[in-house]
Amino acid sequence: MNPRHIGADLKVTARGYLRNPVALFFSLIFPIILISLFGLIFSSVGSTSTTLEVLNEDHNSPLSQQFLAELNNTTLVKVAVVTDPSVTPSNFAAWLGQNDDPVGLVIPDGFNASYAQGRPVNLTLFTNPTDAASSGAAQGVVTGVANGFNLARAGGAEVIQVPPPLTVGSQVLTYIDFLIPGLIGFSILTSPMFSMVDISSSYRKDGIFRELSLTPLTRAEWLTSRILWYVLLTFVTSGIMIGAGIYLFNAHVTLTLGILPYLVVGPLLFVSLGMLAGSVAKTPESAALIGNIITFPMMFLSGTFFQVSAFPPALQTFARFLPLYYVIDGMNQVMLFSNAGRATTDLAVVFVTAVVFFVLAIRFFKWRDE
Amino acid sequence: MTAAIEVQGLVKRYGPLAAVNGIDFTVPAGSVFSFLGPNGAGKTTTTEILEGLRRRTAGSVRVLDLDPWTDGAALHRRIGVIPQDFRFFEKITAREAIEYYRTLFHTHVDPGELLAKVELLDKIDARYDTLSGGQKQKLGLALALTNEPEICFLDEPTTGLDPHARRAIWAVIRALKREGRTVFLTTHYLEEAELLADHVAIIHHGKIIASGAPSEIIRVHGQRERISVEGPAALAPVLREQLGLNTTYEDGRVEVELTDQHDALRVLSAIEQSGLPWQSFMTRQDTLEDVFVRLVGQMDEGALKSETPT
Repeated sequence: MNPRHIGADLKVTARGYLRNPVALFFSLIFPIILISLFGLIFSSVGSTSTTLEVLNEDHNSPLSQQFLAELNNTTLVKVAVVTDPSVTPSNFAAWLGQNDDPVGLVIPDGFNASYAQGRPVNLTLFTNPTDAASSGAAQGVVTGVANGFNLARAGGAEVIQVPPPLTVGSQVLTYIDFLIPGLIGFSILTSPMFSMVDISSSYRKDGIFRELSLTPLTRAEWLTSRILWYVLLTFVTSGIMIGAGIYLFNAHVTLTLGILPYLVVGPLLFVSLGMLAGSVAKTPESAALIGNIITFPMMFLSGTFFQVSAFPPALQTFARFLPLYYVIDGMNQVMLFSNAGRATTDLAVVFVTAVVFFVLAIRFFKWRDE
Repeated sequence: MTAAIEVQGLVKRYGPLAAVNGIDFTVPAGSVFSFLGPNGAGKTTTTEILEGLRRRTAGSVRVLDLDPWTDGAALHRRIGVIPQDFRFFEKITAREAIEYYRTLFHTHVDPGELLAKVELLDKIDARYDTLSGGQKQKLGLALALTNEPEICFLDEPTTGLDPHARRAIWAVIRALKREGRTVFLTTHYLEEAELLADHVAIIHHGKIIASGAPSEIIRVHGQRERISVEGPAALAPVLREQLGLNTTYEDGRVEVELTDQHDALRVLSAIEQSGLPWQSFMTRQDTLEDVFVRLVGQMDEGALKSETPT
């Protein structure tokens, strides 16, 4: 491989890219939009509490006040007592729906008295199936607090205690922290994959590969130049995403040199895979189809937007066959958990896969059809 | 004169189809050679074999004394190719494109000088996607010359260009010849081949049906010089009877084929003596296009069986 050839091609590629407003938008502006969008959507997850509308029919009895205070103390729900006199237990469900409130609780009349006399009394909880997170949180909190009151009523002692939860990893993490490695992985995947699939078929159709085949530039040099370009691009977009995440959402990520190998090997993998997909396709249309078939499952099932551990077991197994999973998991280990051992394993998997795809891409990528 | 290209018994098959079926020709170094043929005749396949882009099935091919397929990399450093409908990177300027090729070929050509040569200097800093069709072809030509090639393969370089742009390309081809470079020109414009080429080969159905200098092909395969006069149909049999020359009538014109230079005076005299009305007297000679159309037509009718070297 001739470094001068690679440098010349890299220069031409960079000029073409930097003069393309659409490409620039997707490289420089889109990452900010992406991180802002997902940051805003998910910034509330795990950080703010669910509002629990409470219809207190026991008319501010000491026990009901104490019960509501305990609910508030959990910090997982924020109690809002309904003061509208027209709201009754019979129309409470409709009222919640009209006010877009996902969860509500009715404390019945005689709650205090029943408790004092040891008679069973029902707390009625309203939940919304379309908001599983709020509903689950409310149900867990109300049940937990009620159990505590029952235990106290029976004179029992709380032997097993659950203090406020700690977050996995070495620091307190929020959803945005997980999003940053995920979205960097998303960018490492989509930018080279879509671009290379398109280039490999359109350059062949337009005869540009034929032109290049008549010069001393080799296929390996051309592919290496593209890889280097996407490595540079990945550095820029990753920097933008990390900066935006920290600046806009106060994300907590460990900035270490351990990230860099992923920003190099990741583009190597997906430029090669994109080239391979485009090379085996006969037409630009089939190339786009193959590219989408490869890209979309990886985009959503590799831990980009959602943690793989939240998937059903079968999908978790499937995810482990996707190369992007190891890129994102590796970056999670480096940026969030400081787990060098697993990060190294992930990097090794990505590197070996990248080398295999690079060799295959060179093998199947032809300047022209014979 | 040494041969820049030597082809003997070249065959290229795609399955049962023989796109090129045993052709021979030689291109002398420093000449302009035009390869002609209707669509699907085997021109592009032959040209791509010569350029080292396609593997031949059988036969011998030497280009600059190299085998184009096995010595492709070495050959590509010494030839320049401009394909039909040249395409390049959209956002790159003419100067940058030449600098790119200059680095790849390790040459030291000046972009300005090269673009001046193809009359594109005023567009040196214009991006490819802003150039007109003719300007794009000129840029392709400039890129094909970046490595100062010994042979230039020009595949229909003037197709779709306006007359002015075509003439500019012709001027470049003439300049290349003056510099001693060999030009292998594929074209649909027979007039272009007749004007520019020292040697021509006409290929059809994978076989060469005529080859030689354009004037030689016209002399051998064309009809003789004719006198054409506008007049009544009755004039044709009168002249045929009086002169004993091949005389035809078509579309209001009588044409008499001349066998020697004295026939012209005899024809004029016979027309005058016939007493029939006439006007618009002219002499006419076959062009390469006439010969091409006739030869291809004859072969399609099965009249011409194989190559007729001249």
